[in-house]
Amino acid sequence: MLDFPKWKTWSMWATVVLCLLLALPNALEPSQLAMIPDGLPKSQLPLGLDLRGGSHLMLEATPQDVEKAKLETLEDTVRGELRAADGGAIAATDLSLNGGRLSFTVADATRLDQAIAILNKATAPLGVGTSREVEISRSSLPGQVIVTPTSAGIAAAIDGAMAQAVEVIRKRIDELGTREPTIVRQGKTRIVVQVPGLQDPEALKQLLGKTAKLEFKLVDTAADAEEVAQGRAPPGSQILPSQEGGQVVVKRRAIITGDQLVDSQVTTDQNGAPAVSFRFDSTGGRRFAQATTENVGKPFAILLDGMVISAPNINEPILGGSGIIQGNYTVQTANDLAILLRSGKLPVELKVVEERTVGPDLGADSIKAGIIASIVSVLAVALLMIMTYGRFGVYSVIALTINVLMILGIMSAAGFTLTLPGIAGMVLTIGAAVDANVLINERIREEQRKGRGVVTSVETGFKEASRTIWDANSLNIIVAIIMFLFGSGPIKGFAVVLSIGIATSVFTAVTIVRWMVARWLTSARPATLSI
Amino acid sequence: MPLKLVPDNTNIGFVKLRFIAFALTLALTIGAAGLLAVRGLNLGVDFVGGLTMQVEFAEPPALDTLRARVDRVGVGDSNLQEFGNDRTILIRLPLPEGEEGAVQRVVSKVRTALEADYKGVKFSRVESVSGKVSNELIKDGLWAVGLSMLFVALFTWFRFEWYFGVSTVVALVHDVVVTLGFFALTRLEFDLNIVAAVLTIIGYSLNDKVVIDDRIRENLRKYRQMDIKGIIDLSVNETLPRTVMTSVTLLAALVALLFLGPEVIFGFTAAMVLGIVVGTYSSIFVSSSLLISLGVKQRAAGTEDARAKGAERIG
Repeated sequence: MLDFPKWKTWSMWATVVLCLLLALPNALEPSQLAMIPDGLPKSQLPLGLDLRGGSHLMLEATPQDVEKAKLETLEDTVRGELRAADGGAIAATDLSLNGGRLSFTVADATRLDQAIAILNKATAPLGVGTSREVEISRSSLPGQVIVTPTSAGIAAAIDGAMAQAVEVIRKRIDELGTREPTIVRQGKTRIVVQVPGLQDPEALKQLLGKTAKLEFKLVDTAADAEEVAQGRAPPGSQILPSQEGGQVVVKRRAIITGDQLVDSQVTTDQNGAPAVSFRFDSTGGRRFAQATTENVGKPFAILLDGMVISAPNINEPILGGSGIIQGNYTVQTANDLAILLRSGKLPVELKVVEERTVGPDLGADSIKAGIIASIVSVLAVALLMIMTYGRFGVYSVIALTINVLMILGIMSAAGFTLTLPGIAGMVLTIGAAVDANVLINERIREEQRKGRGVVTSVETGFKEASRTIWDANSLNIIVAIIMFLFGSGPIKGFAVVLSIGIATSVFTAVTIVRWMVARWLTSARPATLSI
Repeated sequence: MPLKLVPDNTNIGFVKLRFIAFALTLALTIGAAGLLAVRGLNLGVDFVGGLTMQVEFAEPPALDTLRARVDRVGVGDSNLQEFGNDRTILIRLPLPEGEEGAVQRVVSKVRTALEADYKGVKFSRVESVSGKVSNELIKDGLWAVGLSMLFVALFTWFRFEWYFGVSTVVALVHDVVVTLGFFALTRLEFDLNIVAAVLTIIGYSLNDKVVIDDRIRENLRKYRQMDIKGIIDLSVNETLPRTVMTSVTLLAALVALLFLGPEVIFGFTAAMVLGIVVGTYSSIFVSSSLLISLGVKQRAAGTEDARAKGAERIG
């Protein structure tokens, strides 16, 4: 054990120095950090939201919403394809969405096969080898066709919707001007949003909770008032609530939607009240121009998330591809709406299912208390160790210090976040390291009592204790890994520190201490041990 | 002169005390389980859903008025509690009926109401968890604790012999149940952080037991003629200085965290302190003596030899 090959000494200290270098950026000011040349470690250990304050939101989409949206798109596809069929439009009746599938009846029986062929072609998978996303079949009723999304199709739709939702959320949060948000998908239907340093998460939640689906629909002026009062809309129309109170009957088909928007800004209307301007892309602009030309003199409704914001009359064709939305806005609400429209609609409605917000003051208090407590506990441990084991205690304390710095270094480099439970994990790692040294030192004492010589005692002490240390720490690693895999939130943060810490504490408490002891024994050649 | 918490060459008859220890352990476990059944745990929002708000007031509010004000918002029965000092109040509200997103509207309503009525009020922490998420968190927590125990048992079985696995897990179950009983007794909030604490207690208690088991195995090989009771007493006594020193050092560190650390980790550290005391007790008095009742045999040492040699190479 006194024999420490050169390569071992070198690789040991190289590891320590590397980790210390990785930990170093944490001690620097931002200005000093900027001076570090590229290629050297400069990442600091990020603090978790519980320590620096901020908001953690978990949003969840309902898969049924995505399925429904998928069916609605299919409905549009079916209408469009049948209308554009070779040899004139194919008339379809009874088009309805029911029980997760779309059905319609082709009136002209001779064109039934053509209709099915057209739809099969229109919904053919894009990639080679990808499975069909939609099944098209005949039902037992004459002339009826049933269109069903397959489970692969639904899965792909959910996946696409979530990926798109992440992008929309990123745009919306960027518009708020907050720094370094983290937006990640979790599982199939969840998105976790973390925004550090946010004082008031209400605005954020407002912004994320809205789908922002903008639609322009013609008002159905022919609807019978009595029927409408009883909640029955004419075929092809629907009754929607209005922001100004009351209800408006509109055609189900939108003349244009917000998907074609390219920009939206806060502006003022002719009376100087805040309003929201919008501009379509060229295709959208052309469609908007055509629709307004065809319907001059009629009212059309502007809808946001199924609510009628306003229903102005089309006084003249709108050819420029832009317009404004009025609706009793304040500058704030107009700005919010403009942000929503600019960043696009969410493909699916998201609900906040978990929120954890910590104010920045509380975070700072926690850090302060955490640091003071950590210093006191480290001092207590150091004092006890040195009082009990003398020189060997000093070695342990040196190893402990290196241990903590190594954990910080590895965590900074690997990009982990330090949370409150993480600090607790660090303290417990110190416990594991202390335990390793206590095991070794007590074993050396025992061997001494049996009257063994200095070198033999130390050798046996390290050898026998090492086995136990390995056993105990393998078990701890198992527990830490299980915590990481199955735990959520705070438990994960704790498990990360614990896993790294167990590895570094075995390294520092066994290997480094042994090196220090070996050096002392070979150079001082003590006749007795005071331990 | 170095400090020695435990004098040299102790020879305490732990094995002789085992029936007292078993009775005490059984009583503690049953008592704790009873407390758990009767009083239940004060489960935090992590596990039952609902919301917690930590609110800082400019001056100490009258709790009755505040409770009346929160109740008037009409979002369910509130539960108020001072947190650290009399200007900081923890408001707990139950999970609102209805769909998943409903809890968020409650947060907004209470915030608006309090900001209107109390000047300079600050919401320093808000946590809200929906019913579905809290169910998942319970499930995850139970899995984590259950699987840890299972793997511990498998590992000890594989590394030692099956009765070491059984005695270790019995002692661990005692440690966990007593800790949970403590939370039932004090009504300290039981949240995800406490689950982390329970897992750590399992880890540390395990350390103690592995150290003693290791020594028992070593002595079984060394002293073939000694009877099993003698071996266990010898092993526990030999490792006693280490057991005590490690626990005392850990307690010193944890007590500092308990009194000086942030309020947020009070429950966590309290659980750890208790867990270490209980774990040390069960290591010294219960798990090794239990080996006798499980019928550990001298013969086992023979079959252990080959495996133990393999282990030494690893170490």
